[in-house]
Amino acid sequence: MAVVFGRTKGLTEKQTHYCPGCTHGIIHRLVGEVLEELDILGKAIGVAPVGCSVFAYEYFNCDMHEAAHGRAPAVATGIKRVLPESVVFTYQGDGDLAAIGTAEIVHAAHRGEKITTIFVNNTIYGMTGGQMAPTTLIGQKATTAPEGRKEELAGKPIKMSELLATIDGAAFVERVSVHNVANIRKAKKAIKGAFETQLAGAGFSIVEVLSTCPTNWGLTPPRAMKWLEENMIPYYPLGNLRRPEGGK
Amino acid sequence: MTKVLMKGNEALGAAAIKAGCKYFFGYPITPQSELPEFMARELPKIGGVFLQAESEIAAINMVYGAAGAGERVLTSSSSLGIALKQEGISYIAGAELPCVIINISRGGPGLGNIQPSQSDYFMVTRGGGNGDYRHPAYAPATVQEAVDLTMEAFNVADYYRTPVIIQGDGMLGQMMEPVEFNEPKKRDLPPKDWATKGTGGKREPNIVTSLLLATQDLEDHNWKLDRKYKEIEKNEVMYEMYRMEDAEIVLVAYGTTSRIVKNAIETLREEGIKAGLIRPITIWPYPSKAFDEIPDSAKAILTVEMSTGQMLDDVKIANEGRLPVYFYGRTGGMVPTPDAVIAKAKEILGGVE
Ligand SMILES: Cc1ncc(C[n+]2csc(CCOP(=O)(O)OP(=O)(O)O)c2C)c(N)n1
Ligand code: SF4
Repeated sequence: MAVVFGRTKGLTEKQTHYCPGCTHGIIHRLVGEVLEELDILGKAIGVAPVGCSVFAYEYFNCDMHEAAHGRAPAVATGIKRVLPESVVFTYQGDGDLAAIGTAEIVHAAHRGEKITTIFVNNTIYGMTGGQMAPTTLIGQKATTAPEGRKEELAGKPIKMSELLATIDGAAFVERVSVHNVANIRKAKKAIKGAFETQLAGAGFSIVEVLSTCPTNWGLTPPRAMKWLEENMIPYYPLGNLRRPEGGK
Repeated sequence: MTKVLMKGNEALGAAAIKAGCKYFFGYPITPQSELPEFMARELPKIGGVFLQAESEIAAINMVYGAAGAGERVLTSSSSLGIALKQEGISYIAGAELPCVIINISRGGPGLGNIQPSQSDYFMVTRGGGNGDYRHPAYAPATVQEAVDLTMEAFNVADYYRTPVIIQGDGMLGQMMEPVEFNEPKKRDLPPKDWATKGTGGKREPNIVTSLLLATQDLEDHNWKLDRKYKEIEKNEVMYEMYRMEDAEIVLVAYGTTSRIVKNAIETLREEGIKAGLIRPITIWPYPSKAFDEIPDSAKAILTVEMSTGQMLDDVKIANEGRLPVYFYGRTGGMVPTPDAVIAKAKEILGGVE
């Protein structure tokens, strides 16, 4: 019997701990496939964050380093500066990257650090039980914003991709989503583009992936996909914000 | 080998390079900036990397990454910067990675001032970050000793897979003294087969982490760390006994303060007062056994520090109530004078007799 769909070599056999319907799993698979297709698993070192994807180091089938909350870009910098021929990536949530680790991500981009960041924006702190993130939408409820995020108290949600796209060292910046098949395909292309940017030595690359958290949003997985499409995409527009000159 | 005249901060950097360290990540702060400046000049010449980070937090996490990738790596800072590094130091200790951290300390708390101080003793000897961990902390008193201990520190770090601190102060960092670079004693260093350098498709992935979610796993890990710390306590204690053979009063001081105390001891002895010194060279592991070697002639212990009394706790623990323990300290960047130490010693002996 012909195998039409198998596990990518980019992921280990380990069963993930993600909640049913959580799109972290899809994003893992896309990164794993890209690592396999670019044939870089042997020289890849991934940096896992603190957040729901803290165990990413058990899932990616390459050397992995678990960082402190928000510090993945600094850890990745240390690895890449020591091993310039390797491929180094971070996988970070929006609390990790857009709150506690803002300085680290901005300066990794600013130095043009030749690393790739997969930034999973689910508008919430998943792991700690649904507290407000800097990315939480206005009016969106969170355990620390029981009446919904209020602009006068918490400001507007931060648009990290737009912010990072103002930095010259950021060679590749793109926002994608994984709420349907067409977008999953585009997301994979962007992730591949980001890793190719690193392989070309062009500078820092980041893909922001809009992601769901059905558990803390209190929605079924299909409704969560719909909520993402109807609420997140209007505020966080999809598309490429920066790519190396001559890049596809 | 010929001696060269070097400033403490630069000699520390040169020693690290001699020890095979090619990577430095740091953030500027007085009174240690000559050290990163030296590394910025020298490391590119040998194919290494000097990187000025956006903060001490980022710098220590870069160290965490570089150490994980299996290279000898250094960071340096002063007091409040070392306080910021505690997050990373705790992770590095938990993940059992080697690295060297230099603290050229200054007055605190808070922004304090930029004058020499020994008020980081608690931070660097107690495991300043969260969790059940320790790390070796060396307290050189001269620029030569700073060089020797820095070279030794890289070996100790690799041997035990632990962060190691070199604890100096602004005086040591700024003073010029002649130094020579000698090979540290040979150690059989284990291969770094745990390093995340990429599998090359030839082995299972390596993972660097300090996360152990299962309680039994973390307990096992912490006891394993504890056994390692016990080994370090057994093998790595360093101290100097100075004019202790017939001492009536035992002074205890480390780092630059010990030099002032030695001066005071000379004067006291000229005046017929038998004074001696226990000088801890490792402040962790603490040389408690030096206190078992105190001669019967001793009547009292006087601890001298540039703080309000931090090492004092360790002196009391090591003394185990055997002799009365006194303290003389200056703080805030004020340096004890030999005269003040002499006066205190006389006052104590007068009182005890
Ligand atoms: C220094 C520190 N502060 C706080 C925490 C607690 N904490 C763990 S995960 C997390 C937020 C994670 O949210 P996010 O990055 O959005 O990832 P998600 O779980 O949503 O995937 C927080 C605050 C921590 N581990 N370390
Ligand atoms: S809590 Fe949310 S983000 Fe975390 S695994 Fe569950 S669904 Fe995914």
